[in-house]
Amino acid sequence: MTFEYAPAPESTSIVNIKSSYDLFINGQFTAGHGTAFKTINPATEEVLAEIAEADQADVNAAVAAARKAYEKTWSKMSGSDRGKYLFRIARIMQERAREFAVLESMDNGKPIKESRDVDIPLAAAHFFYHAGWADKLEFAGYGTNPKALGVAAQIIPWNFPLLMLAWKIAPALATGNTVVLKPAETTPLTALLFAEVCQQADLPPGVVNIITGAGETGRMLVEHPDVNKVAFTGSTAVGQAIQRQIAGTDKRLTLELGGKAANIVFDDAPIDQAIEGIVNGIYFNQGHVCCAGSRLLVQENVAEQVIDSLKRRLQTLRLGDPLDKNTDIGAINSREQLNRIIDLTKSGEDEGAERWSPDCAIPTKGFWFAPTIFTNVTQAHRIAREEIFGPVLSVLTFRTPDEAVEKANNTPYGLSAGIWTDKGSRILWMANKMRAGVVWANTFNRFDPTSPFGGYKESGFGREGGVQGLGAYLHVEDPS
Amino acid sequence: MITGDNKRVDIRKTHKLFIGGTFPRSESGRTFEATNTNGEFLANMAMASRKDARDAVLAARGAFTAWSKATAYNRGQVLYRIAEVMEGRKDQFTQDIKDSEGLSTRKATGQVEAAIDRMVWYAGWADKYSQVIGNTNPVAGSFFNFSIPEPTGVIAAVAPDSPSLLGLVSVVAPIVMTGNSVIVIASYSNPIPAVTFSECLATSDVIGGNINILTGDPAEIMPHLAAHADVNALDLTGVTDHELLTALESEAAGTVKRVRTAPVHPDFYATPSLSRIRAFTEIKTVWHPMGI
Repeated sequence: MTFEYAPAPESTSIVNIKSSYDLFINGQFTAGHGTAFKTINPATEEVLAEIAEADQADVNAAVAAARKAYEKTWSKMSGSDRGKYLFRIARIMQERAREFAVLESMDNGKPIKESRDVDIPLAAAHFFYHAGWADKLEFAGYGTNPKALGVAAQIIPWNFPLLMLAWKIAPALATGNTVVLKPAETTPLTALLFAEVCQQADLPPGVVNIITGAGETGRMLVEHPDVNKVAFTGSTAVGQAIQRQIAGTDKRLTLELGGKAANIVFDDAPIDQAIEGIVNGIYFNQGHVCCAGSRLLVQENVAEQVIDSLKRRLQTLRLGDPLDKNTDIGAINSREQLNRIIDLTKSGEDEGAERWSPDCAIPTKGFWFAPTIFTNVTQAHRIAREEIFGPVLSVLTFRTPDEAVEKANNTPYGLSAGIWTDKGSRILWMANKMRAGVVWANTFNRFDPTSPFGGYKESGFGREGGVQGLGAYLHVEDPS
Repeated sequence: MITGDNKRVDIRKTHKLFIGGTFPRSESGRTFEATNTNGEFLANMAMASRKDARDAVLAARGAFTAWSKATAYNRGQVLYRIAEVMEGRKDQFTQDIKDSEGLSTRKATGQVEAAIDRMVWYAGWADKYSQVIGNTNPVAGSFFNFSIPEPTGVIAAVAPDSPSLLGLVSVVAPIVMTGNSVIVIASYSNPIPAVTFSECLATSDVIGGNINILTGDPAEIMPHLAAHADVNALDLTGVTDHELLTALESEAAGTVKRVRTAPVHPDFYATPSLSRIRAFTEIKTVWHPMGI
């Protein structure tokens, strides 16, 4: 028996989208001097707003505002007062959480249940957590007098727009830095709403500056000589370019880049629970997750059972209107990303893997991709090596724990890994062997401001969250 | 009756205990006078008895079950909420402190602000102290071994005589922040700010019974709490009489209660160390094998 769901769309009346948006520099919305661009709703392809593009002069103005705020205000303020501003921001984000959630789903395409229950609450929690650190830095293990770095240039991706903003701005401000942040060009709206939150919190002008634009704006920001710190989340290719760009300067760098995580299922795993974890691991946020469990490594003797259960479960996923409260899979964020997913999945078929998707009605407008599973995948296939960043799972098998370790680590990436087994000692043995920054055991895609996140190998360096995350924004005097 | 000069006759508050989230009078029916520094009458305070203290322990134990299970993030937010509500009562606190401690407006306001900031300071610790005082242990062998702090349980505390509000907050906040429940005896000579504080607690998101505030004589009440088998630890910050201190410490041995005493000249305005957090937490170490 199939249950039909009545549409249950979240009302958009809570958001007030302007027809055009300026840059946020020195506490004011300021016209940009580049070529304005449009941000669209990826579920409908409707234009949501026109967004200013920051040119070199705008980047200079934003960095100058951040420098002035750092020198005159923020670096002189007590940690306790800095913390109070961050607590205010956290509380305002909590108060306006639903507004942020609806706006995020409209601009990004992610299901409202995710923006409402994951992105926004976590973003607010991130500010709350770091607010408390602002006057406790001497307890964090960085010596008795850890200092701020200065002006931080921060560039964030489109997959978790507000959450990535929080991961960047909260620790930077708590440790006494000021920031210039550039959101992704396809998802600038919640960052610009966040600028309003800064105004409501009476945050001193220039402490947070938000400039919009694409790669070129980002490059100008990274290259600006008065920037002390660069923090980037995005693709490994761009991360590598940034690392080259700042070579020879004193700029500090943290990178959170791509991933190709293995989600490893042993034969003694609680299978139903594992199926939920696999689905959450790769189909959460349309697979636009750098730590997504995109490679399923399943022990050979349970592979058939796991794949059958997985296919049965996928048939119940609901793809469609991101604002519908029952939607599991929303829209792909952009046509460009959709084309990349199409290209990589085609290579999967061309290279001989077996493709499967559930029967799934695809809306006529917007960018969509049905949840997809590839079986008979080998380690040489592109779909097993390259980050697809879409709702596409590649299934491989193994026989022994050693083989699972070998295959899981056989990637230039090292962001995350998942382990499913009933045996505690095996979880810890496996976790010990994983060359990855985050290991989830009998769960997946868990995030918390207290828990450090970041990669090994070509997934980047530096951590965000927890005590370790503070280190990305602190200067500690070393004798040598 | 309307008087000629139209001066309004003000409504005065009944000062009561705070037990289990409610405001009872003392079951003993007794009161004592709160006075200003000149010995002039300010208000009648409920004089808590042994029975009131025992009721408070019962309430504290009941609240401990839920509060100690709350997430660290939630506990931090509840403490922050107390600070938010206190901020709205700044004027009342300032007046209370001026009346009872005889301070200038500037000094009284300074104490209130320090007390609110202290609450925020501890609110921020809720999801951090275990990261600072807990750790993994690199034991020699294939084991995963970690140590984490857990709340001790029900704590009986004595707030210092002064600073009445800052001292009270400095005692209560670290105890409840980690998940404990508390029965605190307010400043005996300056009890009025504690009653205002209890009204803040009642309108915050504090679980009823998690924080219980008694007014009365510590020398009368504390021996019963020190002997109470369901009290796990004593915070004797406000006990300065050496004889009483010794008696309470000795009584505590009956159920091996942890006891924290204050230094001889405590400075409540300075940024605290973690000692109050450590004093009322237990370290638990977990061993787990690693292997295929």
